[in-house]
Formats: sequence, C-alpha cells, structure tokens
Amino acid sequence: MADATSIANNGVNVAALVAAREELTKAPAAAQFKWRAACEWKDGTHSHSTVEGFYGLGQEQHHKKTFTFDADHPELFASEDKGATPVEYVLVGLASCLTAGIAAVAQYRNIQLRSVTATLEGDMDLQGILGIDDDVRNGFGGIKVTYKIDADAKREDIEALVAQSQKRSAVYDIVTNPTNVTVVVD
Amino acid sequence: MSRCLCDRSIDHVVLERGEVAHTWRTERWDSLRLLTPNWQSRLPGFSYNGDDPDGYRTVAEVIEFIASYAKAVSAPVLTHTTVTSVRSTETGYLVRTDQGDWLCRAVVVASGACNVADVPSFANRVPRSVMQLTAQNYRNPEQLADGGVLVVGASSSGTQIANEIHRSGHPVILSVGEHIRAPRVYRGKDLEWWMDAAGVLDERYDEVDDIARARRVASLQLAGTPDRSTLDINALTEIGVKLVGRIGGISENGKAQFSGSLRNMCALSDLKMGRLLDHIDEWAQRNGFDASASPPHRLPPTRVEPAPPLGMDLASGEIKAIVWATGYRPDYSWLEVPVLDRKGRLQHDGGVVSSPGMYLMGTQFMRRRKSALIDGAGDDARDLSAHLASHLCRIQTAS
Repeated sequence: MADATSIANNGVNVAALVAAREELTKAPAAAQFKWRAACEWKDGTHSHSTVEGFYGLGQEQHHKKTFTFDADHPELFASEDKGATPVEYVLVGLASCLTAGIAAVAQYRNIQLRSVTATLEGDMDLQGILGIDDDVRNGFGGIKVTYKIDADAKREDIEALVAQSQKRSAVYDIVTNPTNVTVVVD
Repeated sequence: MSRCLCDRSIDHVVLERGEVAHTWRTERWDSLRLLTPNWQSRLPGFSYNGDDPDGYRTVAEVIEFIASYAKAVSAPVLTHTTVTSVRSTETGYLVRTDQGDWLCRAVVVASGACNVADVPSFANRVPRSVMQLTAQNYRNPEQLADGGVLVVGASSSGTQIANEIHRSGHPVILSVGEHIRAPRVYRGKDLEWWMDAAGVLDERYDEVDDIARARRVASLQLAGTPDRSTLDINALTEIGVKLVGRIGGISENGKAQFSGSLRNMCALSDLKMGRLLDHIDEWAQRNGFDASASPPHRLPPTRVEPAPPLGMDLASGEIKAIVWATGYRPDYSWLEVPVLDRKGRLQHDGGVVSSPGMYLMGTQFMRRRKSALIDGAGDDARDLSAHLASHLCRIQTAS
C-alpha cells in the first residue's frame, strides 16, 4: 500500500479531473459533449472509419490526429478479414473504458498499479443475426471480462477499483443499459 | 426542535396538516418496524423505558412514542393546519395556511424528505392491466391481485416489501440497483449499536468528502426483524425471490428492460459492507471490545445467477402488480422563497437554509449521518435552535 509519504503514479492527472468536475458542477452546459465517428464502405463487408472531431466545453474540439479503423468479417464468414469485426470493436471499447477507469480510480485512491491486463469474451449465437431463430438475439448473450491486476493493495481494494470503474464507465453503461439509436437516411 | 425552542423560551407554533405523527399514521405499510432498535430513539428528555430495548418499534409504537413526546414537552401543535405557502417579508416570513396566516421571524422546515414517492417517468408505460403501488401507499399483500409482483428497489423498504409479498404467496421478482448491505447483528451486537458507539452516526456533514453524494445514498438495507435476522438479497433468493438488474426503461409496448449490471451492483454492495465492518473492527480493537464481542466475521458474497433476465413483458400476465420502492423526494411546492437549486433541492449549510431565519430538520445527512433518524433530531435541534436564537437577537438589535 502506498504509504502516506509516497504518491502513487499511474500517469493519471487526477488533480485536473477533480478541478474539471468542480468547474462542470457550476457550469453544466459545458459538460454536454458529443462524440463522433464517420464511416465509409470500401468493399464487401470492409469499411473504413475515422474519428477526428468532437464537441465539448461549448465548442468544437479536435483530436491530435485523425484516428482510423478498418472493420471487416473473417474469412470464415466468406469475407476478406481486412479488420476486426464490429463486435470485437465493442469489446475493445469496453475493455479500454474499464481499464482507463481502473487507472483513474487507483490514482485517486493512491494505489500504485504495476500491471493491469484484461481478457474479454462475448458469446454469440449466430442464429440471431442469420435470422434462423427469432428467440435468439443478434448481439452477445453475455460478456465476460477477466482482469489480472498487480498492484500495491489488498485484494478487496483491487476488487473495489474494478467495481468502481464499472460504476462510472461510459461503455459499460452503453452496453448494459438501453440506449436510443436513431438511424436516418439523408 | 419545539422542545429546544421551549427551553430557550422562544415563542413558536408547530403546524401539522393532520394529527401528530401524521405520515406514520397514513403513509406506512402495516407491518413496518423501525430499523433502529428501541433504545436508539432518544429525544431530548425522553427515551425508551420499556422492557425490550433491543426490539424494533412497530408503526403503532412509533406513533405512540411521538405523540407521547409531543404531550410530554407540551409542544404547541396546531393540527389539521396545512401550510399553503411560505414567503419572505421585510421582517421574516408570511406563512399562509388553510386555517389562517402567520407572520414570523423564523421558519423551521420539518416536513421531511419523504413527501412524494419518487417513481421513474417511464412508469406511465406500465400496461393498465398491472397495478402500481409505491412504498408510500403499499399496506399489505391483500391489496394485490393473485399473481406475480415486481418489486423495484432493494434498499430497506424494497427488501422488506419483497420479503412480505413473496411469503404471502405472490412470486416476487426484485429489481436491484444500488444498495448497501449490512448484517443486522455483528459480533453479537446490533449493527446500529456499532454505528452509534463507533461514532459513525455522529459524523458531521462538513467532515465528509462529497456531502451531496452522501445525502443521495439510499437507506441501509436493514430491517427491524423481530428475530434479528439479516434480510439481505441472499435471504430473499433463498426463499425463492428472483433477481433482475436495475430497471432501465419500459418500451412503448410495455416491455421492461433491466440492466446487465446486477453482478456489479451486488459486488459494490458487498465491498461497501466490508469497508463498514473493517471500520467497526478497527474501532473495536482500539477501544478494547475485542475481548467481549465475538470474533470478526463476514457474510458470504451475494449470490447472483450467471445470466439474469434482461427484459420482461409486463403485459404477459406473469406480473400483476409493481411496487416501486425507489425512494422519495421532498415536496417544496409551497415554499415560495428562492432557496432551491436547479434540481429542486433545498440549499442549506448543515440545516441553516440559505434564506436568513430559515432552518431545516430531519433530512438525510442534513447535519450528521444520523439526521434522518429519530435519534438525530435532538443534537440537530440543539445546534439549530442556538443558531435561530442568535438570529433573533441579531434582527432585534438591528431593528
């Protein structure tokens, strides 16, 4: 356990986050963010997506550079496997969100992390997306996330980091709770 | 508060829309018991003198206790007097009631935090074939049509109501969000005894990291069980209650959606309980209780099945009633003084409201962690009546 004189360093600027939280408590309009992505079909089931701009703190914002993502289906699906499948992107989204949360909570609680790895698995019955069985959903039947965490803390404190991360995770919320999705054709 | 004002010879009146202990008479379910043991309700100059100090008062006993106290302190109560508005005047406040108006230099808002049952807006999509009750108007299982019942909320009210309804023969499905598990008896003593002795209940509002969050926390998942058993989620699943996650919404055609976060909700609750018991163990060790109290122990983890249902068709007939045990909020619609924040919460500093001469009593963690308990009224009233007294002095010398 990090003692009173040492400060854990997980690379998270908690002071900045705490200050931001105080500011946004006073100015809730500034807390309204919009996250964006653009997607272009390439060929077959291969598409290319980009993420560059988002909206927050009352104005348009930009990432340091444009991030790009290729998505496709595997050869087993008679496709070209030019990128990970969309559902694998969801697992990546969930893992990244939870992992970032663990780092932030650990920093806030002055717990030094040495290594954090997660393995994820989402099970899927293809009879859903293939329309074979109406009782089967398209998406995952369930998602299992397994964390291996080496840190300067008791087991309960590590479990508490993981529990707190879920409590405050955006992607965990998106995946476990209903979200309105509106799709329009221009 | 009235008792404290009497002690200070401050002329006052107590306005009550019904009889003394009104909401205890009209807004509690029949079998309710306080979750604090009898000895723990200590009002200024008045406490329990019966032969069952470790028992838990029934509703009738609470009414008797409060009504006796009002008589004992000769509180100047005007019953059947409903306040219709409170407005500021140059010298204080104008309080309008259905029995006439009052001009006063100070006002104490003691209407509590449980005026209106807090039900999610999507409750209006529950099919008409399903009866809806709240913890406020639920009385007993006789109200319910034959069939299954969905109880929403797993804090103190929800677990008690789920337990009673399931045992009466209606299969219960319990929707579980955030809750704080606690053993009824720990190391041979009532959990409330530990919280009182270890000073947890005396924690002040200005000593806590995030008081806004602490004030929103639901009541401990504790019940005044006559046999002092722990009524937690494991106790409920053991008798056959089924669990689902927090209700996230209801679709247009009456399909309820439950969160996939049930496992983490239960994990969070178990961890919080662990931290509370660790704190108690540390205190017990430092204060020499290790010899007399039985050894530290922990309850087994909350059991959650691998894949709880994520949805339910409320029109299917499986569920005939829903009981919303999703908390309460105060009703300040009569308060025409600008003391509410953008979310309708009263702005105050430990019970001293942001408008001069106005005070609050009895809300969650208002001034101390015990503020919402009967036992918390005394200390809060002593502090606030002192503040009120100096306020009156100040405006007197100013005029």
